[in-house]
Amino acid sequence: MNPTTEYLAVRPEAGEAPPPSPWGLLRLRQQLETGLPLTPRPYETLAERSGLSQGEVIDAIRQWQAQGLIKRLGLVVKHRTLGYTANAMVVWDIPDTQVREVGRAIAGSPVVTLCYRRPRRLPDWPYNLFCMIHGISRDRVLAQLENLIREQQLECFPHSVLFSRKAYKQRGGCYVGHD
Amino acid sequence: MRLDSTDRQLINLYQRNLPLCERPFLEMARTLGISEAEVIRRLQSLQSRQVITRVGPVFEHSRAGASLLAAVAAPEAQMDLVAARINRAPGVNHNYAREHTYNLWFVMTAPDEDTLQARLRQLEHQLQLPILQLPMTEGYHIDLGFEIDWEALP
Repeated sequence: MNPTTEYLAVRPEAGEAPPPSPWGLLRLRQQLETGLPLTPRPYETLAERSGLSQGEVIDAIRQWQAQGLIKRLGLVVKHRTLGYTANAMVVWDIPDTQVREVGRAIAGSPVVTLCYRRPRRLPDWPYNLFCMIHGISRDRVLAQLENLIREQQLECFPHSVLFSRKAYKQRGGCYVGHD
Repeated sequence: MRLDSTDRQLINLYQRNLPLCERPFLEMARTLGISEAEVIRRLQSLQSRQVITRVGPVFEHSRAGASLLAAVAAPEAQMDLVAARINRAPGVNHNYAREHTYNLWFVMTAPDEDTLQARLRQLEHQLQLPILQLPMTEGYHIDLGFEIDWEALP
C-alpha cells in the first residue's frame, strides 16, 4: 500500500502548522468508510485512531467537502428498511448531443436519486443515461416515471425499466486497501 | 418500520450538514431539544435496526480510486450461484438482481484502473460469462440525501 492518494491532499492554512501526515489522512479516509464512531467526541476518536489531531481531522473533512470528495456528511439511510422496497433503474437512449441537457433535467426531479451518463455497448447495450427511482411500490414508481416523462417531454427517447428483484450485496464502497 | 417523530426529525434534518465541531451530537441535541446521550442512543438504535447504515460522509467515488457498474446475463437457474461468485470477488460492493436479460448488476471497485481491469478479467474467467462494463462518464445528480415521504410509508 502506498499513500499515492493525491486526492486526499489537505493544504494547511497560511502561516500555520505543517501539513498533516499523508499516512494519517489515508487512515482517516479508511476509518470514515464505516462512518463516525457514535461517541460524544467522534472526531477526537477518529484522530486517536488515525494518528492525527482533532483539528486536523475536522480540517481535512471540511476541505474534502469543499473539494467535492465528500458529497454530504450525515445519516446514510437504508431506504429498504423504511419501506422503499421498489427500486427501478431506468435507462435511456439519448442522442449524444442532448444527453447532458436531458441528464440535468432528470437529475433535478425529486423522485430521482441518481443520474449518470455511461457509454453504450453496441449492439448489446444501446443505453447511455441511467437514473434511479426508489419508491414505496412498483405501481408508484411507474406512476412517478410517467410523470417525469410527461413533465420533461421524454416521450421520444427509448427507455427501459429494470426493477430490482433482490439485493445480493449492498454496502458503501471501499477504495483504500480494504480488500 | 414506524419511527417516532424524533427519529423522523433526526433523519429529516441530518442526512446532510452534520455538525463539524468537537461535540456534533450535542449540537444536534440542542436543535432537537433532547440530550446528547439520547441523540447517540437514537443513532445507535437506528443503526442496529438498519434504518441507517452509518453516520458519516458519502464519498464521491469517481474521485477516489476506480469503480464501475457492471452487468452479466446469468442463466436464470444459476443466478444465485453466479451472484455468490460475484459477491466473493474483490472490490464488489453492490450486487442486485434486476428484471432484464442482463439480470445481475454490480459495482466493482479498486484502488486504481489497472487493478480494476485485472479484477474484472479474473471474474469474467471465473464466471465464464461476458461482463458488460459501464463506467460513469458524467454525473448529473447532486446528492442532498433523500426526502422521506413519511405519510406514504406503509
